[in-house]
Amino acid sequence: MPTRRHFLGLLSLAALSGCATPAAPQASAPKAGGRLRAAFAGGGAKEVLDPHLANLFVEAARAKAMFDKLADLGADVSAQPRLAEKWEPDATLTKWRITLRDTKFHNGQPVRAEDVLASYARILDPNRAFRAKSSLSLVDLANSRAVDARTVEFALKRPFIEFPNALAAFGAYIVPAGAEDFSEPVGSGPFSFVSFEPGKSVVLKKNPDYWEGAPHLDELEFVIANEESARANALLGGQVQYAHDLTPTTARSHTDGRIAIHRSPNSAVQAFAMKLDRPPFDNRDLREAMFLLADRQQLVESVLAGSGQVANDLFGKGYQYYADDIPQRTRDLDKAKFLIRKAGAEGLTVRLDTSTAAAGMVEAATVFADQAKGSGLTIEVVTGNKDSYWSDTLKNGSLSSFRSGAMPIETHIAQRLLSDSGTNVTKWARPEFDELYRKAVSTVDVGERTSLYREMQRSLHAEGGYLMWGFADWIVGAAPNVGGISTAPANTLDWARFDKVWLG
Amino acid sequence: MTRYALRRLAIGLVQVLAVVTAVFLLVQALPGDAAVALAGDNPDPRRIEEIRAAMGLDQPALDRFGAWLSGLARGDLGVSLVSGRPVVEFLADGLGPTLILAVVSLVLLVPLSVLLGVVAALREGGVVDRVLTTVTVGLHSIPEFALAVVLIAVFGVQLGWLPPTAVGADLLAQPQVLVLPLVVLLARPVCSVSRLVRAGMIDALASDHVRHARRLGIGEQRVRFAHALPNAVAPAVQQLARTTDWLLGGVIVVEAVFVIPGLGTILVDAVAGRDLPVVQGLAVVFAVTTVLVNLVADLVGFRLAPRSAVVA
Repeated sequence: MPTRRHFLGLLSLAALSGCATPAAPQASAPKAGGRLRAAFAGGGAKEVLDPHLANLFVEAARAKAMFDKLADLGADVSAQPRLAEKWEPDATLTKWRITLRDTKFHNGQPVRAEDVLASYARILDPNRAFRAKSSLSLVDLANSRAVDARTVEFALKRPFIEFPNALAAFGAYIVPAGAEDFSEPVGSGPFSFVSFEPGKSVVLKKNPDYWEGAPHLDELEFVIANEESARANALLGGQVQYAHDLTPTTARSHTDGRIAIHRSPNSAVQAFAMKLDRPPFDNRDLREAMFLLADRQQLVESVLAGSGQVANDLFGKGYQYYADDIPQRTRDLDKAKFLIRKAGAEGLTVRLDTSTAAAGMVEAATVFADQAKGSGLTIEVVTGNKDSYWSDTLKNGSLSSFRSGAMPIETHIAQRLLSDSGTNVTKWARPEFDELYRKAVSTVDVGERTSLYREMQRSLHAEGGYLMWGFADWIVGAAPNVGGISTAPANTLDWARFDKVWLG
Repeated sequence: MTRYALRRLAIGLVQVLAVVTAVFLLVQALPGDAAVALAGDNPDPRRIEEIRAAMGLDQPALDRFGAWLSGLARGDLGVSLVSGRPVVEFLADGLGPTLILAVVSLVLLVPLSVLLGVVAALREGGVVDRVLTTVTVGLHSIPEFALAVVLIAVFGVQLGWLPPTAVGADLLAQPQVLVLPLVVLLARPVCSVSRLVRAGMIDALASDHVRHARRLGIGEQRVRFAHALPNAVAPAVQQLARTTDWLLGGVIVVEAVFVIPGLGTILVDAVAGRDLPVVQGLAVVFAVTTVLVNLVADLVGFRLAPRSAVVA
């Protein structure tokens, strides 16, 4: 997930005004033409047009407007074909044949198998650190080849049925072979490049030949406004027609129809991470007690200001393979007390590390500490430095705040829950679980695979280290005459996608 | 006076070096580096190491500082760690909006605050003086972000008279976007400078040399504006210098609220991204402006009131 930036937060005061009756976003029939201005937070020095370096939300949105990936994530966060028309694995799941769409880059050159291989070679360059590198690292590039101009055959280092997830990885865009200078980027996406002023604006125009149909808009301009209040004010003042990433407070205070609020549910999970390899949470009963202490509804109401849903200690509600058959956990103070006594943890004080690295983490920690009062266990909230939170704080201690954006459930497991995962915050390391994962990613039958994923989720739900209490909505504001804004989770294809948007 | 200026410039050079060294050490002391900032939420430690290697952050800090200093000596400010763009381009991008704001503010500030100060001084104790005093003291106590928030909510959003932000705008082609930011920027300096001019004018009008000028039969207007005013303005010059320095340093809060991508915004972004070469480049610019502005202020003060000897 790109980093959300929060500073000078008190300025959001400006965005507060009167409340009136709620107005639903108005829809009208799609209409062609016009220029839409979209305000995003930017990163000044960090802002670049190289799609492989995309990291911030604004960079992701611009990259998706100008470039295509072979696959991208659909509304259920499963990989959907994009530049790849179709994919076929062989029986061993280690050779994948991918057929490209018959389409062209903005400079008129066709998109060829060679461009795909060159793009992936650039991402996998050992001397560079592109974000999609780890997702694509299972590609055995030396043994992959272009079968013909529109067919690529990828060799994988191990069997992997979820290879399309890697094709959809953040930043895995296809660029023309040999492209290194992105000052005037050439892609195959729905919009083509017009001009760029770093830290200020990017202007794009529609690509009338886009393979999925020309965009409705003639022009699209991305402008940078780092302060959430400034984005909201620019939208209210009619200076922009789309304001990305608004707070629940802003959303609640603008229900008078001057602006339309669009919410994307299940965009980010909010959690507490318990470490299983050290006391006190190496005790299963104590983990269960923690699960039962959380009053999730209250957390959603207070921390997310109601802009979200309760979670069931599992990642990816509404995503492909999500185990929605497991009953929702609710608060049970008596049972939690009993389990705390059983674990011999009565009178114990546990330190909960948190920081302002993500919105709502400190608030959630404080509310949860309050909910634990009277249980026999005391939770002491310690607010650390936000800049080193993800890299340092999260590695230490036994209990910490956690947040994650949308990704396929398979990716979440691979990155965080295997013995050799790079960011295994909860230290969940179980050979039998690793084995289930390996079996799932080499199982072709989708029903069989789903039941394996459900089995993994059952064990995580019963005794895992993630206390996932809520899913936050992603909130976007737009002028009431803007149509076609999707509510798919943030990080998926349809989020911050402008070729389907029109000005009514 | 030339020798004095040269000596001050030499001291200034040492001060600039001291500032950039301190900035380097302070940014080093901040938790996290550019690799950590770039890796974002839930980063894989292996990726952080890869980014560090790609950026050369695995080199010892002293080596990196030495390389940067020798580049500076050749007039090379280096390239941004994160985007690879030359630091000079960042400075050039941010300087435009910052200069526009600073110059327009100063052009309005000087006549306005001198006029208010003189009017109040000439009517000392009268109704006009008391009204001006009340308003300036009151306005001076409002922090700029609070004023900005109120002005945007009233004139930008509710009444819709002025653009609430300058997002994506060309500041010179659409000067209306500058109105609210300028009001916010001017509010406090007008108060402080006009208070100083008022006090200076009252002192000057009561001073020996003004009384002497009056005894010589020089006309009252000439006494006020040719003899009293220059002495009255001299103390305000230091305050003007501080204001100029503040305006040229990138007024972070005003830039953030009104979305003006000046030097302040670049500084905030660069510090957040731990993009050390950009932070260092800005430190050089800020240190040089401070030294120069203060030197000019001393020289101007010396010209206005030669009797108040400059400590050389």
